[in-house]
Amino acid sequence: MIPELGNFALTLAGVLALGAGGVGLVAPRDEVMQRAAQSMVLGQWSFSFLAFAALTYAFVLDDFSVAYVANHSNSLLPWIYKVSAVWGGHEGSFLLWILIMGTWMLAFCLRSGQYPQHFTTRAIGVLSLLNLGFICFALFTSNPFLRLIPLTPADGADLNPLLQDFGLIVHPPLLYAGYVGLAIPFALAVVALLEGRIDATWARWTRTWTNMAWAFLTCGITLGSWWAYYELGWGGWWFWDPVENASFMPWLAATALVHSLSVTENRGTFKSWTLLLAITAFSFSLLGAFIVRSGVLTSVHSFAVDPERGMYILIFLALVVGGSLTLYALRASQTQVKVSYGVLSREFFMLINNVIMVVSLAVVLWGTLAPIGYEAISGGRISIGTPFFNAFFVPLGLLLLCALAFLPVLNWKRTKTQVLNSVYQAMAIAAVIGVLVWFALDPATILVAAAVALALWVVITHLKQLVFRALRGSLPAAFIGMTLAHLGFAMGTVGIAITATQSVESDVRMSPQSQVELAGQQVTFTGVTNVKGPNYEAQQGIFILTDPDGRNAFELRPEKRRYLAGGNVMTEAGINPGFFADTYISLGEPLEGGAWAVRLHYKPLVRWVWIGALLMALGGVIAVFDKRYARQRRRVAATQGSAATA
Amino acid sequence: MSRASLYIPLGVFVLILGLGYVGFDLGARNELPSALIDKPFPEFQARLLDAPDQTLSREDLLGRPALVNVWATWCPTCLSEHAQLMQISAATDVVIVGVNYKDRPDKAKQWLAQYGNPYDWVLDDRDGLLGIEMGVYGAPETFLLNAKGEVVYKRVGDINPRIWRDELAPRLRQLGIVMTMDNTDTGAD
Repeated sequence: MIPELGNFALTLAGVLALGAGGVGLVAPRDEVMQRAAQSMVLGQWSFSFLAFAALTYAFVLDDFSVAYVANHSNSLLPWIYKVSAVWGGHEGSFLLWILIMGTWMLAFCLRSGQYPQHFTTRAIGVLSLLNLGFICFALFTSNPFLRLIPLTPADGADLNPLLQDFGLIVHPPLLYAGYVGLAIPFALAVVALLEGRIDATWARWTRTWTNMAWAFLTCGITLGSWWAYYELGWGGWWFWDPVENASFMPWLAATALVHSLSVTENRGTFKSWTLLLAITAFSFSLLGAFIVRSGVLTSVHSFAVDPERGMYILIFLALVVGGSLTLYALRASQTQVKVSYGVLSREFFMLINNVIMVVSLAVVLWGTLAPIGYEAISGGRISIGTPFFNAFFVPLGLLLLCALAFLPVLNWKRTKTQVLNSVYQAMAIAAVIGVLVWFALDPATILVAAAVALALWVVITHLKQLVFRALRGSLPAAFIGMTLAHLGFAMGTVGIAITATQSVESDVRMSPQSQVELAGQQVTFTGVTNVKGPNYEAQQGIFILTDPDGRNAFELRPEKRRYLAGGNVMTEAGINPGFFADTYISLGEPLEGGAWAVRLHYKPLVRWVWIGALLMALGGVIAVFDKRYARQRRRVAATQGSAATA
Repeated sequence: MSRASLYIPLGVFVLILGLGYVGFDLGARNELPSALIDKPFPEFQARLLDAPDQTLSREDLLGRPALVNVWATWCPTCLSEHAQLMQISAATDVVIVGVNYKDRPDKAKQWLAQYGNPYDWVLDDRDGLLGIEMGVYGAPETFLLNAKGEVVYKRVGDINPRIWRDELAPRLRQLGIVMTMDNTDTGAD
């Protein structure tokens, strides 16, 4: 009964989405209709929530008559994973997507007092139509409420053990919040094109939503990378897997958008470019969904291969992206403004950022789609791997660091060349340290030394300007946010450069009580014991890490788990995490005589990659709390108040 | 930017969309690959369900083609493909080996008694160890072995009339299996 109610609630949400979409596009200026659209957004959210709650209920109560529950849960599963299993498969994760879409729309309505009502109502209309597309997709091609009656199984097939993990509980919601959040700048761009109106207020407003969505996306990708690192047992944190690329592409577009919005807000230029980026960023979210869900590219992440779903998404993509780009082609020329600026200006450096982001985007897109094109033409299969991406991302990253180092001292329009002296001083310091790093590295690589030196340069110029501004007493939140994000980027780059080149990996055969040396530590294998988890049995290896003189013992217990319900065998790595380095051990296969194949990794600065990314996200959020946005809200509230009394 | 250049993004998108369509078309034709395709079926030794003191091993499958079908009583899809297996068993002389996967023997015997037994042998794999060797994703799964004991085809999911007609029957015929019915389209019900 409850699952049927969930299905019904989802249908109602779809009807309300259709209603709000119609109102938003047909009668955006009618005051009654405006209020109706807003209440229909509340309705969409409420019914999506009910549908989601119904599915959760079926999971918690082990209702295996629901096919989706039977395929993704098991009575032995710990309750926390029963809840997270709701989004452990395709159908349920799409329901989560819809709930998050509803939540963003609701937030958008609640914070819509800042802009003309008809503009907001139109944006609600665009968002509701998108939501309608999502809901129809769920109802017609991936319904999570379908029953297995009368062939109800006695127990479920279990959740994929890879996904029985804290990382999975939080990774999809954050990632989806980022993907779906980009729908708001998209909707605002579409309405701006429809109305032919784009100004500083529009840019400021769009920026808030873009920053928030971008921060979620950043956190989601970071968590995914961290999860892959400790759960897949390969010791890597980024694989240029098509599904990772699918999340990286909207991130690159959104990063460009965050910056170009800043130019549009402050200088009134880059307008049509900003609109295009807003459309692009969300389009890549949808393309990501298509890539992951349709089975065009098979990968560890794909949940299911279903031609019907792929075709639906392809048509939806054609309508949404094709429609908005056609609108862009027809209307964007109205927004052209000619504004002049020098080379030594923020505008120009933002342009550099945007060019680098778009080139990166093109590289990732090519790397993801070229294998398909190749297969279509020749029938063979190729795979584009890390060397291809490195060939582009190493120089692009270094170039971006160079540009970043100048940014703190630059003004809008033009900057006096004298202020660059401090940038050059910082460069000299960084260069000296870079040379030292070069000599210290083993194996010595000039590119890694360059990355460290350039990152240091960025850190010095940013911190110097931060202190300078703090002393002068003008330290807006936007500047703090920008500084944090740029420091995060520098930190992440250092982490990537060092961990990619300085890691030590060895696959060894270890018998009990044997020792090996790993990057200055003694690793002692004491043996394997059997342990029992709630829904798995595991062989647990016990390793003791010590300094060469036998002090500072630390125990690592990597496991090889066999899950009872599905019989899947999983590797659970043992990690000794550290700010400066991780030691990572995973169990391979048992060999004769009680020995095991063991994979040992020493990964310096690997955590800097994730800490850097989180700093970027934090910076994006802090920038939203800048006073000028609060001022704008107050001003709008005041004008509305006076209008009401008049 | 000139007006015409505003159409560039749309053009790029149409190009990508076309590629997506082509890739999608290709993707739909892919079968789920198995690491075992064209490789020898793994060595095994498993007890027979109805005679626990006897075992079957890989050598017993050599000399003629065989279908190895992974099934369980807890698997609804297995029940839905069961009628198809009964027809295959009646209409051809191919050896069918059932792997009773992660199941209880008493339930399995009762199931076979109730719905009929299409299998020449049923192996008791109650702890799923043979399933791991075979790289089983879930039940049902069906492997087609040639006379040399090599896996020539693997089906993840049920053997339905369409799979029988398009995938399995032609391969069986190629391996020299005699179809005693005049129409291979057994399950056109």
